[in-house]
Amino acid sequence: MNNIKVLLNGIIKENPTFVLLLGMCPTLGTTSSALNGMSMGLATMAVLIFSNLIISLIKNLIPDMVRIPSFIVVIASLVTILQMVMQAYLPDLYATLGLFIPLIVVNCIILGRAEAFAAKNGPIASIFDGIGMGLGFTLGLTLLGATRELLGTGCIFSFTVFPEEYGALVFVLAPGAFIALGYLIAIINKLRKA
Amino acid sequence: MKPIISLSPHVHGGDSVQRNMYGVCMALLPALAASLWFFGLGAAIVMATSVASCVCFEWAISKFILKRERLTITDGSAVLTGLLLGFNLPSNLPLWIIIIGALVAIGIGKMTFGGLGCNPFNPALVGRIFLLISFPVQMTSWPEIKQYTAYTDATTAATPLSLMQTAIATGDASVLEQLPSLEEMLLGAMGGSLGEVSALMLLLGTVFMLWKKIITWHIPVSILGTVAVFSTALHLWNPVYAHPLAVLMSGGLILGACFMATDYVTSPMSHKGQLIYGVCIGLLTVVIRNWGAYPEGMSFAIFTMNAFTPLINTYCKPKRFGEVKK
Amino acid sequence: MKKLESTWYNMALVLTLIAVVAGAALGYVNELTKGPIEQIKAQQLADGIKKVLNAQELKVEEPQTMEDGTVLYQTDKGTAIKASDPNAFGGTLTVLVGFDVKGVIQGYQVLETSETPGLGAKADTWFQTGGKGCIVGVNPAEKNLTVKKDGGEVDAITASTITSRAFLRCVNKAYAALAGKYTDADSGATKQNDNK
Repeated sequence: MNNIKVLLNGIIKENPTFVLLLGMCPTLGTTSSALNGMSMGLATMAVLIFSNLIISLIKNLIPDMVRIPSFIVVIASLVTILQMVMQAYLPDLYATLGLFIPLIVVNCIILGRAEAFAAKNGPIASIFDGIGMGLGFTLGLTLLGATRELLGTGCIFSFTVFPEEYGALVFVLAPGAFIALGYLIAIINKLRKA
Repeated sequence: MKPIISLSPHVHGGDSVQRNMYGVCMALLPALAASLWFFGLGAAIVMATSVASCVCFEWAISKFILKRERLTITDGSAVLTGLLLGFNLPSNLPLWIIIIGALVAIGIGKMTFGGLGCNPFNPALVGRIFLLISFPVQMTSWPEIKQYTAYTDATTAATPLSLMQTAIATGDASVLEQLPSLEEMLLGAMGGSLGEVSALMLLLGTVFMLWKKIITWHIPVSILGTVAVFSTALHLWNPVYAHPLAVLMSGGLILGACFMATDYVTSPMSHKGQLIYGVCIGLLTVVIRNWGAYPEGMSFAIFTMNAFTPLINTYCKPKRFGEVKK
Repeated sequence: MKKLESTWYNMALVLTLIAVVAGAALGYVNELTKGPIEQIKAQQLADGIKKVLNAQELKVEEPQTMEDGTVLYQTDKGTAIKASDPNAFGGTLTVLVGFDVKGVIQGYQVLETSETPGLGAKADTWFQTGGKGCIVGVNPAEKNLTVKKDGGEVDAITASTITSRAFLRCVNKAYAALAGKYTDADSGATKQNDNK
């Protein structure tokens, strides 16, 4: 089925983190642990699905010359709503991710998919694209978060694999994010070609 | 024998990667002897582990991951990286941390970019900075000298550099009285990493490299000169900043200026470029040492300027013969 | 439906419409979540105060904000004081410190931190009871609460002197606010402090 293909496209063929290299700011900033990476991915996915849906519904109402400001207003409103809902009902998650939530607004994936997919396709396909891209992003962030958490603190999802004093702190910090992402992209490219 | 057909010039100067790499290694021997004298067994263990694991990783990565036909372990670059990495570590560092450092230096710092000649940063520095950020507790507790049989159980003490930074942070110049005397610093009787101790032995090695034309004077002199001028000015302005001679002889300044910053691959090619590079390293070192979070700024300064080397090379091309100035 | 033309009239109309709808949606959700958000914030603060004062039940009076931004929460079991220092290693460090009536530290909680994990971030356990740099049970009037490097009596966090200094500055600021409060409001308590 066509929608399944759209879904898989986002997870594998055009994975936003490892292939499109979109949304690097939250990718590098929030992945200090697997859980943080996954939460950020899921929050982005929620925004992505709704923004894709809304934009595909109103795409004919928007004149071409003002499409970017219109998309941004829609996305920014969605993110603010998500932030308020999270703050009210999921305070613990908000405490970890609060700083990064507003950054979803400028995440290239969301505007990129609005522009490249939702503005040209129907609402159902757009929802599937949102789910696929969102899952791909979540997978990428979780994988990077897990790698950094394991190498940095010896844990995955706070489950201890080896004692913390053997962890290389640099992986929890920003330089480690770049190193880990670089090697993950290299490994995944190698696997994709094989 | 098949004759070699090539363009002129036909006379080879006898210069080669091996000759230069082993030349630098030879120049490091006096300093190695000094660190063995001051740190005893610990220094021997750290140095042997560092060199052996660097060579092993170079061999394993080029054979099994890059699958290269020609192995490069005999060109001496891995041995040199191992020596320099060892010189940048404290003598009470556990084995597993040294091995991680060697893996990072060779694996991330060098082979990822394609091996010798392609690395943008000095591999030994990549290893040191990685370890410094990753294991700050182990990497910043320096053993006292003359504990010949001690290894990881050695007692630790503040180094001259941390004393200098404390003096600045508290604004209390009397802290500086705890510094070792200048003669002690010249000979190396002070705490620090293996290659930070004896200024005299490092200078001896530098003279050897200059004599053998392995390096030119531009980089070491511009770094040391800038640090001397900058720290003299600070010292005259406010005596909380340590005496310039103490600044010059403490920490990894001489090791960095003469052996790390002069790495061929990661330093600018023209003499003019080398002077710019050296002055910037000197300025950055003093700034990081005095006002930064870490007591030693040498490695970060060289690392930063390594990143600027391609830019310096672009703007400091030597004039072509016969080229008319526009 | 055909796509709208990019005429001035259409563009202005559509942008206004989108802005109005988005604004209305935001306003509605804001109304909906305002209550729960305030409740959670108050709850978190109340939990923090209870924790640092080591009490299950207590009554908190109206908070009092000092000139430098330090906030005092007077309770029937002691005073919880929120103080912050902008010069920690990773930026601002905010600590809630609980003092009993005599000025003895009952506990503390790090409220806001961007310190390095594994180093400065250890501040949330390092100075607690059982930690190496324990400050709980200490009266800042009797002990010099600065790190040993600066001539004080507290063991700094290993390799994180900057964080430790900032943390202790917060604690001392909180104590200064407490002492200042007693000087202003209740001279009897000041005498008590002098007697020690």
